Amino acid sequence: MSLTLLLIQCLNGLQYGTLLFLIAAGLTLVFGVMGFINLAHGVQYMVGAYLVFAFHQLTGSFAAAVVLSLAAALLLGLLLEYFVFRHLYGRDHLSQVLATFGIIIFLNELAKVIFGPGTLTIEPPEFLAGSIQLTEQLRYPVYRFVTILAGLAVAVILYLTVTRTRVGMLIRAGATTPEMVSALGVNVQKLFMIVFGVGAMLAGFAGVIAAPIFAIEPGMGDNILIIAFVVIIIGGIGSIRGAFLAALIVGLFDTLGRTLLIEGLELVFPPSFSNQVGPALASMLIYILMAAILVVRPQGLLPAKGAA
Amino acid sequence: MKAKARFTIASLAAALVTSTALFSAAIAEEVKIGMVVTLSGPPAALGQQIVDGFQLALDQNGGKLGGQDVTLIVEDDELKPDVALLKAKSLVERDEVDFVVGTVFSNMLQAIFKPVIQSDTFLISPNAGPSTFAGKNCNPYFFVTSYQNNQNAEVSGMIANEEGFEKVVLMVPNYQAGRDNVAGYKQTFKGTVADEIFTPLGHQDFSSELAQISTADADALFTFMPGGMGVRLVKQFEAAGLGDNIEFTSVFTTDETTLPGQQDAAVGFLSAGAWAPDMKNDANQAFVSAFEEKYGYVPGSYAAQSYDTANLIASALEKTGGDMSDKDATRAALEAADFTSVRGSFAFSNNHYPVQDFHLLEVAKRDDGKFWTTAKRTVVTDYADSFHAECKM
Repeated sequence: MSLTLLLIQCLNGLQYGTLLFLIAAGLTLVFGVMGFINLAHGVQYMVGAYLVFAFHQLTGSFAAAVVLSLAAALLLGLLLEYFVFRHLYGRDHLSQVLATFGIIIFLNELAKVIFGPGTLTIEPPEFLAGSIQLTEQLRYPVYRFVTILAGLAVAVILYLTVTRTRVGMLIRAGATTPEMVSALGVNVQKLFMIVFGVGAMLAGFAGVIAAPIFAIEPGMGDNILIIAFVVIIIGGIGSIRGAFLAALIVGLFDTLGRTLLIEGLELVFPPSFSNQVGPALASMLIYILMAAILVVRPQGLLPAKGAA
Repeated sequence: MKAKARFTIASLAAALVTSTALFSAAIAEEVKIGMVVTLSGPPAALGQQIVDGFQLALDQNGGKLGGQDVTLIVEDDELKPDVALLKAKSLVERDEVDFVVGTVFSNMLQAIFKPVIQSDTFLISPNAGPSTFAGKNCNPYFFVTSYQNNQNAEVSGMIANEEGFEKVVLMVPNYQAGRDNVAGYKQTFKGTVADEIFTPLGHQDFSSELAQISTADADALFTFMPGGMGVRLVKQFEAAGLGDNIEFTSVFTTDETTLPGQQDAAVGFLSAGAWAPDMKNDANQAFVSAFEEKYGYVPGSYAAQSYDTANLIASALEKTGGDMSDKDATRAALEAADFTSVRGSFAFSNNHYPVQDFHLLEVAKRDDGKFWTTAKRTVVTDYADSFHAECKM
């Protein structure tokens, strides 16, 4: 593999990583702070993609569609919290898994009923439609650079909010000793609602960002949810820094591993064998990585401080 | 006197026998057709085309096929082999259908094949055409009205030779159908395969694969990425600017089910197939305009094959007069394939897979802003699959 190709693959891995971070950030907050397993997080990512599609159809403006989608994703998150999740905080994880799994099925089917089973697409906004010539043959869309920047911006904002603001302090405290925070007169229920709303909005934002790159279809959030769980487990549950680091590691590891692994196998084994085994092994890579990291650091790479 | 009485009883008995015969014939006139297709998840669009194509043929004939009243029972296999098996069993055992029409996917067909065939019910596949049942495991009760899975890739290899592609990159999802397409392509392609890329099924981001393709110095890409994968690949291929140097050729990747998503990005892309909605024969033009009027979208090959399936059954019922008790007569009538196919030429090979023409297809934008594939030229005529010689039928 040439150096140029390696650099391009690093860029691709970085872009995948930042997208994973956007999804994993909300998940790790909800899981870490509230100890709540929200399987519906992936479907909220799908909802974000459908929302931007629908609002773009209505308004004709991508910017307006993004703002409206974020508001709608937040609203949906708050409604789900109020009507469903609020009643499950005290229950065991099995009830939470069942209820949120039900929401996945419901919203996937709803998307199919409203928008049809086919795959929809949306164009990136006009001013981001260009691309940069990377090599003689290959161009890199400007929009993908913007997604990297958006991911980094969200990471910085979240980090500052969690470490430097009062809400952030309460979130950290709530993650460590919720009883104590409650005893000190903080409205924990309100705190949870805020965290949940922000988590839903982040998932929706990831969906909005992803929609012009990937196509929009029912069930698009199901697979990415599993990867997001891998990310937050590697990073340490509840930790924004950990989620960021893990998302980049997983993104780069998956993208580079896929190509390097097969090339590496071809050096040792005949092509037919590496073609058979390589792709199967490549799709297992991140899970092997997760297992390896968990052996060394069972708490994840950067666990939230003081978390049990 | 005695003799006369005996005669009356005999004639009475005879009358009774004929009337029960008539009665049972009257029951048999209602033909039951069970359909097992995928109607959940993203591939539901394919199953829906099959249902719509069949229903159109039924509606055009006032709910009858070949003059017989038809009851159509549609079941969703949910793309799960165990569900498909259950649904097929209930169609055969509880509903006692005369025909089972299915499936979209080859692995679903493998699941329902045995129970349907073992109950001596005719199984007609409007889409899946695995090699498994084309060779020595061919079956007198099994028919395929679409194609044999490898054929489209084989024809794509011929197209590459004709277009003068010397170096080609192959990219498919890492599962059976993907590998079948690679094998089919290599069987006929005479140039060099620069690289073979196997992606996970349902792959989201092709950016790393596209970077790899861009360094392969190839004339063309051949791919098989059905459904959402195809939509993403085509969009990302265009965005990466690969179209300037590399020809995009594919099967089941740029068709009427994915074009509403791909739109302008796919225009000019090449593929291979036995049918395109713009084919000039009368039957096809009538079918496409009736279909668009009724359902509001451009039919794909799935709908066309299903429409042909309904008309094939109609032709057989016409010949047998709806008598489903004589399986051999029904089989002979099906084998004759005495119907006007929207594909123009259509016949069955000895293994009950089609012998038909294959064409080079190109994506085009219509004047009304919708997208479809157009048949550019015929690549091979009366093309039978590579397995039929092994079939002892």
